[in-house]
Amino acid sequence: MIGLYLEKRSPLHLVPAGWKLLALALASLVLFPLRDPIVLLACLAVSLSGYALLGRQGLAALRALRALALILAFVLGLHAVLGSFQTGLLVALRLATLFLLASLITLTTRMDDMIDALRPVLRPATWVGLSERRLALAIALVIRFTPVIVDMGSRLQEAHRARSGRKGHVKLVAPLCLQALNAADHVAEALAARGGAAPELAGEPGGTGRLEGREGDADQMDTNR
Amino acid sequence: MTADRSLVHIAIHAAFIGALGFLPLVSLPIMGGVPITAQSLGVMLAGAMLGPVRGALAVLLFLFIVALGVPLLAGGRGGIGVFYAPSVGFLIGFPVAALVCGAMMRVLRSQPIFTATLVSSVVGGIIVLYAFGIPGIAIMAETSLPGAFAGMLAYLPGDILKAFATAAIVGAVERGRPDAILSRQ
Repeated sequence: MIGLYLEKRSPLHLVPAGWKLLALALASLVLFPLRDPIVLLACLAVSLSGYALLGRQGLAALRALRALALILAFVLGLHAVLGSFQTGLLVALRLATLFLLASLITLTTRMDDMIDALRPVLRPATWVGLSERRLALAIALVIRFTPVIVDMGSRLQEAHRARSGRKGHVKLVAPLCLQALNAADHVAEALAARGGAAPELAGEPGGTGRLEGREGDADQMDTNR
Repeated sequence: MTADRSLVHIAIHAAFIGALGFLPLVSLPIMGGVPITAQSLGVMLAGAMLGPVRGALAVLLFLFIVALGVPLLAGGRGGIGVFYAPSVGFLIGFPVAALVCGAMMRVLRSQPIFTATLVSSVVGGIIVLYAFGIPGIAIMAETSLPGAFAGMLAYLPGDILKAFATAAIVGAVERGRPDAILSRQ
């Protein structure tokens, strides 16, 4: 699974992730009350110039943002139906500017820098006993397992097509779900066999009880099956 | 269920939501030029199967990874940009939808699983989700609330189908793996 990050050297890559996120937040505060189409066009030009700064790859990334066209078509269409086309144009300009700015941050910020910058947002998760280690493991599992489940789904689809001659069906989600759950069990077993995603590290107070905890986990897992 | 198993189940469901965005399994007929994504099906499933807390955590994990720049949203979208689209209300509503769906499953524990899941999916995945999504459109796209609601009507039939699909899928999973329906344990 490939992220949207663009490996390159540019002035934008050098700006710390936290600053970029802060700038985006400020930009959204400033842009929302703006009602002058010419000022908004200028803002759009500024965010487009960010892509130009990234060179040819930046322009290619811009072309890949087809989702934006769909969003703008939706907004313009909605306003056209409601009879407020001018507002629609203003909104479309603003949304395009903000969407392009936000995507620019994603393009120029490495994923671990982004995790670091978003750490304050994650703090509430640690209050309910979710350690950073466990969160990192969860993120890694999702990124690893999404393509695996997509692959399972395509196999089910192929088998279904071979049997029935028809394309995929919603009913295939049920066996897909069962297969994913079986995979989850294997991962959980493998995790338990390796001592689990224990939040406490050896050497910490209570660290001596770790081995017992490990066996306890395995016992509990057996009774759960 | 140990904490580790719980973690793995949450992660697998988050991955499942992402995978549904890539699989054309559930691409329903296109209405009004706007493709209907299967991702809210994944949200309903997470709530219905994992229960309120784990279900909401799975959806939050999914959204966090999307925000990090992994293109897991339908159509290969990802990054912070998706939170600046008119559909942001739906993204904010996703974890709440899973939470309510899971809580409804708890309440309806004694009901037959198809009925319980159908009702939970409609309440969580449609009513609650729209309650976040429609004001989101109205604010981001500067339309009136009725205008935004009218814009959403095209999606309603697809979402009702998805609620039925969720009920059928959870019923089938319950037959194969009753231990995986954590919301009814």
